[in-house]
Amino acid sequence: MNSPRFNNFVNWILARFPLTKVWNEHLAEYYAPKNFNFWYFFGSLALLVLVNQFATGIMLTINYKPDSALAFDSVEYIMRDVDWGWLIRYMHSTGASAFFIVVYLHMFRGLLYGSFKKPRELVWIFGMLIYVCLMAEAFMGYLLPWGQMSYWGAQVIISLFSAIPIVGEDLSLWIRGDYVVADATLNRFFAFHVAAIPLVLVLLVFLHIVALHQVGSNNPDGIEIKENKGPDGIPVDGIPFHPYYTVKDIVGICVFIFFFSVVLFYMPELEGYFLEHANFIPADPLQTPEHIAPLWYFTPFYAILRAVPDKFAGVLAMGGAIFVLFLLPWLDTVKVKSIRYRGGIYKKALFLFVISFFGLGYLGMQAPTPSATIAARLLTVVYFSFFLLMPIYTRWEKFKTVPKRLTSNSSIGDRLPLIKQAISDITQDTVVTTKSGKTLHLKTPNPSGLRSASVDLAKKMKDSLD
Amino acid sequence: MKTLLTVIFSLFAFTCSASGKTELMHADIDISDNVSLKRGAEHYVTYCLGCHSAKHIRYLRIAEDFELNEDVVLKDIAPVGASIYDPMLSAMDKHDSKHWFGNVPPDLSLIARSRGSDWLYTYLKSFYRDSTKTHGTNNALFKDVGMPNVLWKLQGEQVPHYSDAENQVIDSLSLARPGELSPSEFDTVVTDLVNFLDYVGEPAKLKRQQMGKYVLFFILILGFIGYLLKKEYWKDIH
Repeated sequence: MNSPRFNNFVNWILARFPLTKVWNEHLAEYYAPKNFNFWYFFGSLALLVLVNQFATGIMLTINYKPDSALAFDSVEYIMRDVDWGWLIRYMHSTGASAFFIVVYLHMFRGLLYGSFKKPRELVWIFGMLIYVCLMAEAFMGYLLPWGQMSYWGAQVIISLFSAIPIVGEDLSLWIRGDYVVADATLNRFFAFHVAAIPLVLVLLVFLHIVALHQVGSNNPDGIEIKENKGPDGIPVDGIPFHPYYTVKDIVGICVFIFFFSVVLFYMPELEGYFLEHANFIPADPLQTPEHIAPLWYFTPFYAILRAVPDKFAGVLAMGGAIFVLFLLPWLDTVKVKSIRYRGGIYKKALFLFVISFFGLGYLGMQAPTPSATIAARLLTVVYFSFFLLMPIYTRWEKFKTVPKRLTSNSSIGDRLPLIKQAISDITQDTVVTTKSGKTLHLKTPNPSGLRSASVDLAKKMKDSLD
Repeated sequence: MKTLLTVIFSLFAFTCSASGKTELMHADIDISDNVSLKRGAEHYVTYCLGCHSAKHIRYLRIAEDFELNEDVVLKDIAPVGASIYDPMLSAMDKHDSKHWFGNVPPDLSLIARSRGSDWLYTYLKSFYRDSTKTHGTNNALFKDVGMPNVLWKLQGEQVPHYSDAENQVIDSLSLARPGELSPSEFDTVVTDLVNFLDYVGEPAKLKRQQMGKYVLFFILILGFIGYLLKKEYWKDIH
């Protein structure tokens, strides 16, 4: 590779294209805080899933037919007659759910460490736009297999637009291209799913990263490493993204694709959470399924929609639940970023918010009963209170002193003795003689050890909320 | 906050316990059992294909996946006149079937994926005598289903026992007249049939499960090497 001819070629390129500059600015000389923890894997994982969705999606379009008479059968053709078609399709369907898992964890990291705060407001806004695009992408993509849930899910969601006063009916007609979800709808959703929205997504991801690299990454301590530079102008607590975080992310990626593959190879439907059972029945406009529920990643918002008695108000509440996230940088004006140094009020509020999100997610999957509706209303109030009351309850917050330099993170290697100790605390050695006369040394659970360990855990969790 | 949590959890507990469902029997199927799958395919052609197509599976694929000779499939499984390249299509006219049963019998290619194998197993065993119905049978799992009990000759006739006779809530079914097969022989027939339907729902399932362990093993090795690499690079960072 070091032949003069090759060098000449490289120099020819570099004289015309700023490859070195881009490489240095975004990887080799992009200084990231050295104390990234578990929560910081999900950005690179989201990028990985995006690439997976693009690659598998393009391969699926090769055999998929966006035609209401052919779509369902063409998906089954991919699953059966296309070589490795089942693998590509499951990678795409599992990838869709994995995308939301990764993105939700990525966003939660922002809530934990205040990554949306000054000077990273724009990073958050671009991220939120990515999230909205992702929801549109998932919603439209779900129509394409043309199963019962595809059809009726789309029917329900598009009909929400008709709740808007005056223009509503015309608007939903314009979106569908027909009076009901039909071939015209399938064709346009295909166009949006495979061309329009992916283009916007790529652009937004580019902007998200450029905006991030302008201001630099936040960290679990919520301290600006740029305020503490060495004589060479490099942050003393920063390390080059490449090679340090590229090699670290490889480990994160391996752990992620391990779990991804467990789902893909052993439970691609994941009990109906990743692929709904009713979607294996071809769409039938004359037969409404007993129970229409969106996939799990939409259910918190679906529960909010159903919790509000009036349809239009419900649509507004559902939209508001997403819109309020955009306002986060201006709702939480506290200077202290990381939850490590924030007061108990914010920790408790965040805890309640997490409960409300999971609770709404669960209720959105269930058929609406009177008691479920009451629970959903209560949780909707909790959800909105977390955001809208933020300017008020954060006033009483008592902060801890924020250190000047990053605190160090313990690695898995350091924690191993502790983990070993914990395991030996909750187990006891017992000698068992089997029927064939062999003696076995087994580790069995130790009831008193388990009890004290769970009490300790509960205490720790309670303390961590103060 | 404590009271709030109590309220939330009790509400959840309340909503969870509200739903009641019929207990499903467990279908003891094994898609790696080619002998059972072949018997299931034979039963399917004998008892189901008259009305129900399975258009997403071809006889050739069955021969390949069950490790059978093409001639054996044509002789033992496929109906007379079918080619090895044909999908499993029913000869029944849709217009006629609508007349006879009130509905066009659905294609069963994906029935195991939409209903689940336990449901199919329970369904096929839940037919009982009901003289109010056109075909003389009803189903305890799928009430007023249009399909008659096609396996009656093998199973015999079941009668219902009501726990609430007024509302016709069925508690259990019992055999009033025995069929050609003993109950355990009949269970094997139903199990083979459900096994075959489960296979038809996703022919690649066995391949996917067999492949999974190699993929996971590879990822584990890759992850271990990746971890060592990370440790090596990071040893100077404190």
